[in-house]
Amino acid sequence: MVDVHLDPDVLSGLQEVMEGEYPKLLETFLDDSQKRIEALRTARDDAKALGKIAHSFKGSSGNLGAVRLAQLCERLELESGEPTANLEALVDQIDHEFAVVKPLYESERQRFQV
Amino acid sequence: MSALAPAHEALTILIADDSATDLLLLSTIVRRQGHQVLTAANGREAVEVFTRARPQLVLMDALMPVMDGFEAARWIKQLSGEALVPIIFLTSLTDSADLAECLDAGGDDFLAKPYNPLLLAAKINAMDRLRRLQATVLQQRDLIAKHNDYLLHEQRVAKAVFDKVAHSGCINAAPNIRYLQSPYALFNGDLLLAAYTPSGDMHVLLGDFTGHGLPAAVGAMPLAEVFYGMTAKGYGLTQILREMNAKLKRILPVDMFCCATLLCLSTDRRVVEVWNGGMPEGYVLEVTTGKRTPLASRHLPLGVLSAELFDDRTEVWPVALGDRVFLLSDGVLETADANDRLFGVERLQQVFDANREPDRLFDDIEQALVAFRGEARDDVSMVEITLRSGLATRATGPLYADSGQSCPRDWSVNFEFRAETLKRYNPLPYLLQLLLEIHGLRAQSGALYSVMAELYSNALEHGVLGLDSLLKRDAQGFAEYYRQRNERLAQLDSGYVRVQVQVVPNGAGGTMTLRIEDSGPGFDVEKVLAQPMDIDRLSGRGLGLVRQLSRDIRWSDGGRCVCVEFSWEALA
Repeated sequence: MVDVHLDPDVLSGLQEVMEGEYPKLLETFLDDSQKRIEALRTARDDAKALGKIAHSFKGSSGNLGAVRLAQLCERLELESGEPTANLEALVDQIDHEFAVVKPLYESERQRFQV
Repeated sequence: MSALAPAHEALTILIADDSATDLLLLSTIVRRQGHQVLTAANGREAVEVFTRARPQLVLMDALMPVMDGFEAARWIKQLSGEALVPIIFLTSLTDSADLAECLDAGGDDFLAKPYNPLLLAAKINAMDRLRRLQATVLQQRDLIAKHNDYLLHEQRVAKAVFDKVAHSGCINAAPNIRYLQSPYALFNGDLLLAAYTPSGDMHVLLGDFTGHGLPAAVGAMPLAEVFYGMTAKGYGLTQILREMNAKLKRILPVDMFCCATLLCLSTDRRVVEVWNGGMPEGYVLEVTTGKRTPLASRHLPLGVLSAELFDDRTEVWPVALGDRVFLLSDGVLETADANDRLFGVERLQQVFDANREPDRLFDDIEQALVAFRGEARDDVSMVEITLRSGLATRATGPLYADSGQSCPRDWSVNFEFRAETLKRYNPLPYLLQLLLEIHGLRAQSGALYSVMAELYSNALEHGVLGLDSLLKRDAQGFAEYYRQRNERLAQLDSGYVRVQVQVVPNGAGGTMTLRIEDSGPGFDVEKVLAQPMDIDRLSGRGLGLVRQLSRDIRWSDGGRCVCVEFSWEALA
């Protein structure tokens, strides 16, 4: 499947690195991402702002193994510089993708919380 | 996992990232690797934390709100001054222009997102090595600067002390000496000393110690002390040389010695006496003919041979008024051009030949050296002494602090110096010291010494050794005269010189009578005294001088015995 939502290898790597902090990292990512989703919605008409948010979101989702989300962010970052691009559609796709991975991260977090 | 093992020293690392997720992830990784972590959520915070806590390394996100990573990096680089605080940019940037901007802002490396803990640890370690290297370099630079300052200070002090000793002579005061020497020649091992003897001759030493810096300067001090002390007391070159050699041999390490030319220039006697051990040839430059007589090295340097093996034989050359004696250090001859060719004796001779104005000889040589090498050297020493008449300057001798109350007033003493003593001992300095016990005579010590020296050498050379003074008529005979002198002295097995000093008080003043008697055949006093002064000066017995200097002079016993009187009035 081309569209991987979540890379299990990245998650097990993170789990190894973070140890006890692993659930907290997931939680931080979910909070952080929620804020970025809202920021993207607010900045809908501001291509430059969208690009910046996408750049940052790309970094953290990449680090957390949200492969598809990171790819979408990268597209938004790149296309934010092109006048003809349909950025709104991309923001919607990111919105949708986050809605897909969010429960996955939540269940992962619950798995490690006592 | 080895990548998570702590680096060999825990560092304090600042992580600046506006993404809470990345910040948490990265700070956990870095902390697991054993470092202490400080965090900042934007550039301005990063600069604040840096100022406050001075972390040793910075992980910096490029794009952040409030102040971006580029600007923060510039601030941090400026704040850290000469110390290296490595900045690793955290970036998902891929555009090469953006990456270049990170470097322009002072970034030292990149770490791409998503983070790889192994790579991160390796980069932190690599940057830490660089940081340490820079710190070591700075520390060593400061240490070198400190040592250098210290060394220069030591050299200044050593030079100040040495100048006090070295300048106690007449090198700067004598109107007939010209010299050229770097102010720090002492630290090149070059040494130039000059002083008047009690009889008004001039002693000059140009020396060159092996080595450079303080070690080369250390030996100069005792050498100068011996030179000035013994010259002022009336010792001749051979005694001074022996003392210098013995002293240097004793105090210097085996690989250190001192090449030296020592000369005695006598205006009264119109001769220059020379000993050269290891220095380049000096020259006697004849003013009338332009002839150059080389003063070649015939000996090993001072401080090499033991007293038994040391050779104190000097050479004596006649000189006329206006003649110059020129000495130089090897810095002149060893000046090298771009192809490592040496300036050498031949080029120096060419400069001599081309020289039209004797007073410009130094300038001509310097110009030739500069033209040859392309720049001046600071270890070139040259000295030139011109024989001039009317130089009445004599060693003033040590200053006496006593009042004269305890000086001896009525006494006599007799000496008999026999063959074995005459061969190797010069009694004059001893006799002079004895006579200077007489308070009233001190003002005349120069004349006294000159007269005594002349009469003693007459008694020895013409009396005991039977040398013919007429030999000294020309330069060739002159050399022959001194050759015969050395030869006969070496073979001497009988004969004597007797010296009697008699002091009688006369009111508050007194009279000193000096009587010198020799075992020789005597001479026709009337005939010798009838000779004109000029002939006497070169080939006679130097009696004109004696007659000028002493109140009364009488010969008896067919010229074998001579008697002079010096008297003095009450001291004010």
